[in-house]
Amino acid sequence: MNRFFDNRNVLGLIFMLPAAALLLVFLTYPLALGTWLGFTDARIGRAGHWIGLENFSMLVQDSVARLSLFNTLFYTVVASTIKFALGLWLALLLNRNLPFKSFFRAIVLLPFIVPTALSAIAFWWIYDAQFSVVSWALERMGLIHRYIDFLGDPWNARLSTIAANIWRGVPFVAICLLAGLQTIPPSLYEAAALDGATPWQRFRHVTLPLLTPIIAVVMTFSVLFTFTDFQLIYVLTRGGPLNATHLMATLSFQRAIPGGNLGEGAALATLMIPFLLAAILFSYFGLQRRKWQQGARD
Amino acid sequence: MASVHIRNVHKYFGGTHVIRGVDIDIADGEFAVLVGPSGCGKSTLLRMVAGLEEISGGEIEIGGRVVNAIPPKERDIAMVFQNYALYPHMKVRDNMAFSLLLAKRPRSEIDSRVAKAASILGLGELLDRYPRQLSGGQRQRVAMGRAIVRDPQVFLFDEPLSNLDAKLRVAMRTEIKELHQRLKTTSVYVTHDQIEAMTMADQIVVMRDGVVEQRGKPLELYDHPANLFVAGFIGSPAMNFLPAKLRRAGDRAEVELADGARVPVPRDAAGEDGLPVIFGARPEHLSLAGAESGLAAEVVVVEPTGADTQVFAKIGGTDVTAVFRERHEFRAGEPIRLAPDHERTHLFDAASGKSLRT
Ligand SMILES: Nc1ncnc2c1ncn2[C@@H]1O[C@H](COP(=O)(O)OP(=O)(O)O)[C@@H](O)[C@H]1O
Ligand SMILES: [Mg+2]
Repeated sequence: MNRFFDNRNVLGLIFMLPAAALLLVFLTYPLALGTWLGFTDARIGRAGHWIGLENFSMLVQDSVARLSLFNTLFYTVVASTIKFALGLWLALLLNRNLPFKSFFRAIVLLPFIVPTALSAIAFWWIYDAQFSVVSWALERMGLIHRYIDFLGDPWNARLSTIAANIWRGVPFVAICLLAGLQTIPPSLYEAAALDGATPWQRFRHVTLPLLTPIIAVVMTFSVLFTFTDFQLIYVLTRGGPLNATHLMATLSFQRAIPGGNLGEGAALATLMIPFLLAAILFSYFGLQRRKWQQGARD
Repeated sequence: MASVHIRNVHKYFGGTHVIRGVDIDIADGEFAVLVGPSGCGKSTLLRMVAGLEEISGGEIEIGGRVVNAIPPKERDIAMVFQNYALYPHMKVRDNMAFSLLLAKRPRSEIDSRVAKAASILGLGELLDRYPRQLSGGQRQRVAMGRAIVRDPQVFLFDEPLSNLDAKLRVAMRTEIKELHQRLKTTSVYVTHDQIEAMTMADQIVVMRDGVVEQRGKPLELYDHPANLFVAGFIGSPAMNFLPAKLRRAGDRAEVELADGARVPVPRDAAGEDGLPVIFGARPEHLSLAGAESGLAAEVVVVEPTGADTQVFAKIGGTDVTAVFRERHEFRAGEPIRLAPDHERTHLFDAASGKSLRT
């Protein structure tokens, strides 16, 4: 009996059990259930029957679902790109020897700490058709004559929600990249300076390549978070106006819970998986190459 | 190639005065070694020559040009860092080619210069490896390769060997010296290891607390240290120091140790009768003496190395070391007599630490 417990593999298995159980109950089971629901005609209060790909073929022809796919891609691509650019810029700034360095770092983290729902409500006020502080300020400066309808016009609404998402997402990117920047030894920059590199060449040939592995990880997470965003949209626009800001996540919820069509909502949510997988694989292979490139033996 | 002149240079970090008026002249083609205990400002001075630190005061001239306001990349210098600072994402080849690439040299010239530097340093096989795939010694060599492809006016080395194990350090020491004899590029080499300084330098600059204590040829410093600090720093095992009083009678000069024993001192020693002094004798300038001469000592430990015998003993209450070419066996506590070779002893003013030999 004692020998049995002394075995490394047995012991390993025993220690893994709690984690495995948690994963099974809270990750695998919901994922499997959701996917399975997508192949049924389940409604709230009624168990569904297997209907094969019917939900999916319906969704493919559904113009609102197609619009939500476009919205999601647009939202993800634009917001992630800008988050990356802004985050990198901020990280580079914060990596310098600024006075009050830790104070600025704390400030940058602020949007990340505030609960999304709360910051979404703040944005709701900022974007309000009548009380918007932005419109008010712009009008005072004489730049506009009518208040901007931030959330009432489809394109305005798309851009406004993207702006809110960026505000919320930049700190994560900036702080992670800052952590990455701080792993680059200063002597590399000094060596590059002596080798004749201009500040831009130092960024291009030292900072960027050494930061790539972290960029890959951070941007994968950033893309995943953005692609699956729900709270911001739900508080700000509920998908409106005219479904212009419906993301796949919000539409899926809309169809499943208020709409009662569990099967259809689940199918839409399932359709997100291939995109997410693609993003993960992209960064995984990107990372692999970097690892090899840096010749890590250890 | 170029000479380097450092004139009355100062450096402040905030309110801390780190370099306090340093003057050094390094001739064209000379190998100068800055040596001193850790924290004395060697790296800071070197980095000021490189242009990596602002010069707070004074003037640095490289190749006849004052470089105070000239950025590092226009100073035409190459530096080997203590941690090598190789670009981890570039192969050895690209690490070496980087500066030439930035200088927009034609590809064929870059290739031939990299190949030449690689063959000088025996890096040929390693050109397509990444720095992480190299051993410490190989990385060190690549760092030097990166410096020599550029054919700069001056090489700067900041403790390049301190991350290597003892054996490799000795080998690389020789190799760097050979390289210098071959390329004859003016070099400034920083180390805290006085043996490195002694073995490699044309000129040694001993620094302490941001000032130059003495500079000169290695053996000059060894034979004529200007003060107690240099005397104790240069040489291994270190010089023995015994507190004493100077005694003059006619044209005879002697020192009187605490226990009353008297030893003659070199004729050129200055100072009046009764002056408190520190008497210095190097371990290899002590020899065994008969019952009547020398100083009474008591053996503490004997360490035979094969080539010589090191004897640790006490004279009065002071620890001394003696090195003999011959083999001796002593017991701990055994009384012996040690006679200093008095023309090669040293005398320092106890108050100022300055050498009293002229
Ligand atoms: N960037 C810096 N800011 C403040 N003090 C520094 C800085 N760099 C070095 N110093 C101080 O200057 C002194 C000399 O440092 P350094 O030149 O690195 O010494 P060494 O290379 O001789 O060991 C040390 O006391 C060190 O603490
Ligand atoms: Mg140093």
